[in-house]
Amino acid sequence: MEFLNDLKDQVSTAYELLAAGWGVQLLWGIGWTLAVTVVSMLIGAVLGSLVAAAKLSHRSGLRFIGESYTTVFRGEPELLIIYLFYYGGTQVLTGVARSTGSIGSADILNMPSFLGGVLAVGIISGAYQAEVFRGSFLAIHRGELEAARAYGMSAWLRFRLVIMPQVLRLAVPGLGNVWQLTIKDSALISVTGVAELMLTANKAARSTHHSLLFYTLAGILYLVMTSISTPIFDKAERYTSRSFTRPK
Amino acid sequence: MSANVAAAAKAAPSSDETPAISVKDLRKCFGDHEVLKGISLEAHKGDVISILGSSGSGKSTMLRCINLLETPDSGEVRVDGELIKMKRSRDGHQMPADIRQVERIRANLAMVFQSFNLWSHMTVLENLVAAPTHVLKRPRAECLEQAEALLKRVGIWERRNYYPPHMSGGQQQRAAIARALAMNPKVMLFDEPTSALDPELVGEVLRVMRSLAEEGRTMLVVTHEMGFARDVSSKVMFLHKGEVDSAGEPKEMFARPPTPQFKQFIANFNK
Repeated sequence: MEFLNDLKDQVSTAYELLAAGWGVQLLWGIGWTLAVTVVSMLIGAVLGSLVAAAKLSHRSGLRFIGESYTTVFRGEPELLIIYLFYYGGTQVLTGVARSTGSIGSADILNMPSFLGGVLAVGIISGAYQAEVFRGSFLAIHRGELEAARAYGMSAWLRFRLVIMPQVLRLAVPGLGNVWQLTIKDSALISVTGVAELMLTANKAARSTHHSLLFYTLAGILYLVMTSISTPIFDKAERYTSRSFTRPK
Repeated sequence: MSANVAAAAKAAPSSDETPAISVKDLRKCFGDHEVLKGISLEAHKGDVISILGSSGSGKSTMLRCINLLETPDSGEVRVDGELIKMKRSRDGHQMPADIRQVERIRANLAMVFQSFNLWSHMTVLENLVAAPTHVLKRPRAECLEQAEALLKRVGIWERRNYYPPHMSGGQQQRAAIARALAMNPKVMLFDEPTSALDPELVGEVLRVMRSLAEEGRTMLVVTHEMGFARDVSSKVMFLHKGEVDSAGEPKEMFARPPTPQFKQFIANFNK
């Protein structure tokens, strides 16, 4: 009975805290988390396709660059990369600004926290996406590429009509995984001061001393975001692979 | 029987006519292995040339050198009199000098592959209009109309909205032949078009090919179908170890094999 009363108290405290403004803050946190994830995924898609193309290239120099990229950015801790981009970026920006005289010799030019964060997470996401794209390209039936050549298609037409649609189709399941990784990586950029979900939960936990409540809540919200994305990607997969699965 | 009539009806090409395909002294190595040891061939408009040979004789490689899917090490290929320009790369390999020219010529040499190679993410109809609209830049409506007519002709119009993986091999190959016809090609190249098919599906594909021969299409056919070679083609060419062993009029070749190799080859098939 006492336990139930205790729980009731907890719930009403939680309600009060959320109503007092933390609820809105957490919603903003979700918004920023999604913004960071989407922008990072897009940066990663561009980088990932370039790196995949480099890894598949005939030129050994390009292959080396592509291999190094995926080895480095998959092999280093994410947090290190984020620190490197944020604090390292600040150091570089400050140095450049001081030498050009745009700021005083004692001033500091900060790396914008959102930019630094999405660049870092995007570059990491790109390393994983590169592997997904490369695997998808290799899974295309070689004969179909050959047929595209035999019918006079230019390299661009082959890419647009045959390679890209098939890579996208084959990449959807893998991209679903990368999306989940990237949502989780987005929590790390709280260290740069972007008010995404992790940072907001942290702030709330510290200033209200209700750590258990806010971290559990944040945990549930992350889980909701990652699990909602699963059926969406499943649906996308069913759509893009219809030529193989849908019997008429 | 109609094939015989068609073969007989084909006028012998006059000597001053530009050949649709002319190949001279084609050579190709894969590593140390010399696959083509100087092959020459001439196909005139309306010719149906069956290219025979045991596996490894170089017949597929020869066909693939004509549309530059393989780059020959030396020799020349002319399509409708136009020489495909080649150059030497820095490491001494021969390569096409002008890829635009190669692409333009390829569009005139529609190829039908052993494993069909239809684009699996497109419906049959999309497969037929993709290259005509994008490569030949013809109006889409016109291409669609032609595509439907071609699919009726090869007997798979009902399947026009199917994806290739949902069809039988014979249907896929007939779709692939229709895709080739949609290019209005000067020459059709067939690379073992029935070799990947279950025996009961070979007939439907051969019937389509026979009807193409009868309407006077220029065809180069790499095949193991002795019946097709003997009854439908206007000329038979037998490759042996990367060289043209013998060539000639089909009835004559099969009745009196000119070389021991060819005699052995057909004897193996009749076993």
